[in-house]
Amino acid sequence: MTDTSFNSQTGTYQTEATFGDYFALLKPRVMTLVVFTAFVGLLAAPTPVHPFIGFCAILFIAIGGGASGALNMWWDADIDAVMKRTQRRPIPAGKVTGDEAFAIGMALSAFSVVFLGLATNWFAAGLLAFTIFFYVVVYTMWLKRWTPQNIVIGGAAGAFPPMIGWAVATGGVSVESVLMFCLTFMWTPPHFWALALFMRKDYDNADVPMLTVTHGRRATRVHILVYTILLAILAVAAGFTSIGGPIYLSVAVVLNVLFLRGAWQIWRRDEDMSEADNFLTERKFFKLSLLYLFAHFGAILVEAGLDKLGWGLWA
Amino acid sequence: MSLSKQHELHTRRYGRNVGVGLLLVGVIAIVFGLTVVKVTRGDYETPATTTVQE
Repeated sequence: MTDTSFNSQTGTYQTEATFGDYFALLKPRVMTLVVFTAFVGLLAAPTPVHPFIGFCAILFIAIGGGASGALNMWWDADIDAVMKRTQRRPIPAGKVTGDEAFAIGMALSAFSVVFLGLATNWFAAGLLAFTIFFYVVVYTMWLKRWTPQNIVIGGAAGAFPPMIGWAVATGGVSVESVLMFCLTFMWTPPHFWALALFMRKDYDNADVPMLTVTHGRRATRVHILVYTILLAILAVAAGFTSIGGPIYLSVAVVLNVLFLRGAWQIWRRDEDMSEADNFLTERKFFKLSLLYLFAHFGAILVEAGLDKLGWGLWA
Repeated sequence: MSLSKQHELHTRRYGRNVGVGLLLVGVIAIVFGLTVVKVTRGDYETPATTTVQE
């Protein structure tokens, strides 16, 4: 008996999948963003949540996010097989079949939504269900292969977790949770377009209508600058609302100056300059974008902690 | 000495089986924990019945 079999779907020999391969279907790195922003949304809310229920809520939100990742991999297996960045994912690598990914995605989606509803409230569960639907159906199945605005609109899916965290605590939506949504929503396009600039051939080969493919690389650089300016205005303005405060504002000002500088440098460069240093500025901007989001939400978390201790200076 | 030789499938899938086992234990722990928290907080208490006095 052998531990390999031929997979007619991908044309590869399938090796025995390990537990880690199934876990990789859930996109663990994306999950960290989901967990962290949902956690901040939960703690920034004015209503306290029992620690164990809070822990379970974050876990179910993470599982829901992971489930949508598995469904995304099921649908996009053909694209993943072509793109260098995604070729080693479990389905194109021939370790997990598309049917398995679909089954895991559907089962975990139902599990996470039902358990979030039972553990907390059905509004939060409904929001999680909508997020999964939005990421899988609206973004993955519809927008991604159809419009260069795929990242802009699809970014909403990644922006929902802090709203779900807030809804877990309060049972509803408020200006603060919408602001946290907007922060992630506006951050997504420059983050992904920077990636598209230095992962040059990937999207071309996969025939995904990224902005770099449909409108050219010059237009993408302009778009990064414009979205970064809009993001900076929003991020700094949020400092004057109830989720902000002096610590948040200091972090936001420093990071937005750095982010704007990076976007400005990207805008000034042309392809020859970028290729000469192997897209160093674009890569630095992409790395900074990761720090940018974590630091902003970290600052919101600190402000919320200070408020709860009665040391908040803003509210 | 064991009566029958273990099938190689068991050794090949050992890691996966341990993972699934731990997941199931985790689910049980979460359901149990949630039940304890919800019940002790009184989430599932039935409303007090009112008696009509004649």
